[in-house]
Amino acid sequence: MNAAGFPLLSLLTFLPLAGVVAILCIRGDEATVASNSRWTALWTSLIVFVLSLILWFQFDSSVVAPQFVENLNWLPDFGVNYHMGVDGISVLFVLLSTLLTPICILASWEAVQTRVREYMIAFLVLETMMVGMFCALDLIIFYVFFEGVLIPMFLIIGIWGGQRRVYAAFKFFLYTLLGSVLMLLAILALWYNAGSTDMAVLVQKAVPSSWQYWMFLAFFASFAVKVPMWPVHTWLPDAHVEAPTAGSVILAGVLLKMGGYGFLRFSIPLFPEASQFFAPMMFALSVVAVIYTSMIAFAQQDMKKLIAYSSVAHMGVVTVGLFTFNQQGISGAIFTMLAHGVVSGALFLCVGVVYDRLHTREIARYGGVAKVMPSYALVFMLFTMASVALPGTANFPGEFLVITGAWKSNGWVALGTGMGMILGAAYMLWLYRRVVFSRITRDEVRGLLDLSPREIAIFAPLIVLTLWMGIYPSSFTHVWEASVAALIERHEAALAVPRVAGL
Amino acid sequence: MNWTLALPEILLAVSGLVLLLAGVIPKRDTTFPITMGTLGALLVAAVLVMATPDGQAFGNQFVSDSFSRFAKVLILLGAASGLMLALDWNVRQGIARFEFPILVLFSTIGMLVMVSASDLITLYLGLELLSLSLYVIAAFDRDNARSAEAGLKYFVLGALASGLYLYGASLTYGFSGSTNFAAVASAVSTTEGISLGLIVGVTFVIAALAFKISAVPFHMWTPDVYEGAPTPVTAFFASAPKVAAVSLLVRVLADPFADLAEQWQGVIWLASLGSMLLGSFAAIRQQNIKRLMAYSSIGHIGYALMGLAVATDVGLRGVMLYMAIYLVMNAGVFAVLVSMRRQGKSLERVEDLAGLGRTDPGMAAAMTVFMFSMAGIPPLAGFFSKLYVFLAAVQEGFWVLATVGVLTSVVGAYYYLRIIKVMYFDNPAGALDQRPAAVSMVLAGAGLFNVLFFLFPAPIVAAAAAAVAALAG
Repeated sequence: MNAAGFPLLSLLTFLPLAGVVAILCIRGDEATVASNSRWTALWTSLIVFVLSLILWFQFDSSVVAPQFVENLNWLPDFGVNYHMGVDGISVLFVLLSTLLTPICILASWEAVQTRVREYMIAFLVLETMMVGMFCALDLIIFYVFFEGVLIPMFLIIGIWGGQRRVYAAFKFFLYTLLGSVLMLLAILALWYNAGSTDMAVLVQKAVPSSWQYWMFLAFFASFAVKVPMWPVHTWLPDAHVEAPTAGSVILAGVLLKMGGYGFLRFSIPLFPEASQFFAPMMFALSVVAVIYTSMIAFAQQDMKKLIAYSSVAHMGVVTVGLFTFNQQGISGAIFTMLAHGVVSGALFLCVGVVYDRLHTREIARYGGVAKVMPSYALVFMLFTMASVALPGTANFPGEFLVITGAWKSNGWVALGTGMGMILGAAYMLWLYRRVVFSRITRDEVRGLLDLSPREIAIFAPLIVLTLWMGIYPSSFTHVWEASVAALIERHEAALAVPRVAGL
Repeated sequence: MNWTLALPEILLAVSGLVLLLAGVIPKRDTTFPITMGTLGALLVAAVLVMATPDGQAFGNQFVSDSFSRFAKVLILLGAASGLMLALDWNVRQGIARFEFPILVLFSTIGMLVMVSASDLITLYLGLELLSLSLYVIAAFDRDNARSAEAGLKYFVLGALASGLYLYGASLTYGFSGSTNFAAVASAVSTTEGISLGLIVGVTFVIAALAFKISAVPFHMWTPDVYEGAPTPVTAFFASAPKVAAVSLLVRVLADPFADLAEQWQGVIWLASLGSMLLGSFAAIRQQNIKRLMAYSSIGHIGYALMGLAVATDVGLRGVMLYMAIYLVMNAGVFAVLVSMRRQGKSLERVEDLAGLGRTDPGMAAAMTVFMFSMAGIPPLAGFFSKLYVFLAAVQEGFWVLATVGVLTSVVGAYYYLRIIKVMYFDNPAGALDQRPAAVSMVLAGAGLFNVLFFLFPAPIVAAAAAAVAALAG
């Protein structure tokens, strides 16, 4: 059943839509509909998660080629196939998506009370798009899922968001769309060059050097917005602040990874020369992002905004790692993406916990939370430590590998990235101190209740993962080692050709 | 003489006359049975169209091929959905008269003749039959000044367009020696055949047809007529006649004037660029949703023309696919617009949709699908229509058009999103009246088509490709 026998990836991708159909069929008064929608969505996403575990157990990490492959004719006259498959790079991202979706649904259990049916539908559609995107091996299929994410996310921010939700939703949508349509043109140009949009065909057919630069920039327009890289990151704080908690979790946990994943999966293999050429630019933008957004994070009064800016900084570390083109750097970048998916998701959930109780995200309104919510303080501390990459937590191996990799290619870049880690430690600890420690000055804080069983259930898997990733990282890194090695080898081979020709 | 090729048109013409008689004779109101009769006639015609073989008739003035069949099925579909939307609306508006379906029927005959024309004169006959019927139904709400104004405006500008067409056709006849497409094509195929007079003639013909499809710079009538005409009439205007006129333009340019491509490509290029830009930017500030749809239709025509500007088989296939998908999206949007009625009063402002997500979740969901589809967001059908024209543009190196196209689609996304925002993010402005079953049917059909298109795109794409292949052959 590992190979073509059973369409596991299609099942994972489209099973959430079956949940959507089920939710649409629910009839009854508002309370019944709400409760049934919640349970249907939760069960659907849990089943998808369990099925995705098969993916992990059955995955053979020594094989470089995509596994669980499905290949069907879709637009035959256009050379577009419904080509799905996962390799070492993408398999864990699929798992990240399927893990975070049930967590998000649980996190919205009580926070979302209006239009629950639509909310759950939006999340399940979002899951379909995310899983499909990480499985797609054809650029047009990838693009369909990549863009399709915008629809549910726009609605989630716009309907269930905060005060300035309309502005944030529009900004999110239009910013991302503008980047993506340029990528669409480049995809069509690639199709014109190779007669297919299938990645298996495209990597065989080198893109002419003169085109590579333009096409890299077109892909860059899309992925840089998604990552987001400085200076096109401004949509992110708005979207994060206004989105409901679960929306922020998915945004930080999965959607930001789409950019980094896109660079790794498409830009670097397809445009090796241009990637090499633009690597200094990527380094510069990333290091600026790391340092600049870390400093902005200091000035924030809003907890979510602070974590949003820290996400930009972490993603800067990722893009540094990707463009080092060595095993440590890329491996570290993948690790950081996964770790950030878990940790920043958990941090947004931590904000959500107190937001649900006091309905404010302003840091100054808290203080002394540790006295009334001891278990919450413990959980929040763990994730704060993870965010500053304390050894033994999830972020450490990734950032360490990236800096090692960066050191190999450019010492200054490594130094800048390292600076980011120091600044990160400073603002995160400061945030933690202001919210959790010090004396209780406000009466409403005194009345706070500690974590409920539901909230503990949400955090438990994330805590386990954070520690597991920190303590035993090689159980994750071995999954993608072979794929990354093959990618680097191909990259160097592609660069060697013009050099030889140039002689 | 192979008159059976024109059987669908003949059937429609006969049933039009019969229905007209049947409508006049009884003393009571006959709108409903006549509409049903018309729908039945359209359905039978559609079946006949599909059964019609290839061939030429009436001294090579009339042609039936896979291109005409593709376009005719779309036209019949558009006319039928227009009638379904009008049925209840006209009753509630107090303008239900049995002449309405019959006028739609006659205009449909005109459209069918147009897309089957293989002679400049046949083409003119079809075009005029279409236009005269449309002038009347634009002013169908005759006691309403805006409707009358719309009819008059459309008539004056339409007459001008007809004049341009005749002038262009006479120049073509003068310089090529024939009005028959095949003869014109063979005259153009030699370099000596291409004369300045012929180029001027083609330009006039293009200008006249650009009027009908409301491409920039001949778009001025569109917003006023769309706004003034009764909503179901606007729905009809935006669907079937657009498909017919675009198909006609494709046939005229790709068949008799195929060898003049270098000359007319530039004209279409400019019209496409202008339409995309105007359609997206001018719609931003519109408060009246019918006006907004007018500018949106101008924009969509711009995208469709991009495929024509490329002038390859792939491009033309893109045009036909675009029109097919546009027809369905448009029917869906207008199904929502005709349902906008509160306490018996019809509404046309964007704000009147406020809170639809709460008051009518089903319709709001459908409208959301149409808006995202029109904005070209995958996986909805509208994405594929754009994909196929961009594909052709990139293939032939039309980078300016392609780039402007994708950028204006982002601008366009803004105003489509605005409607979604009003429906979902704003507070409800009160429930709309119960919508009739016929409208729900159109809504559900169009919605499902847009959502599920991505599952099986190949057959429709193949049909469009087969249609275009007939032109080249």
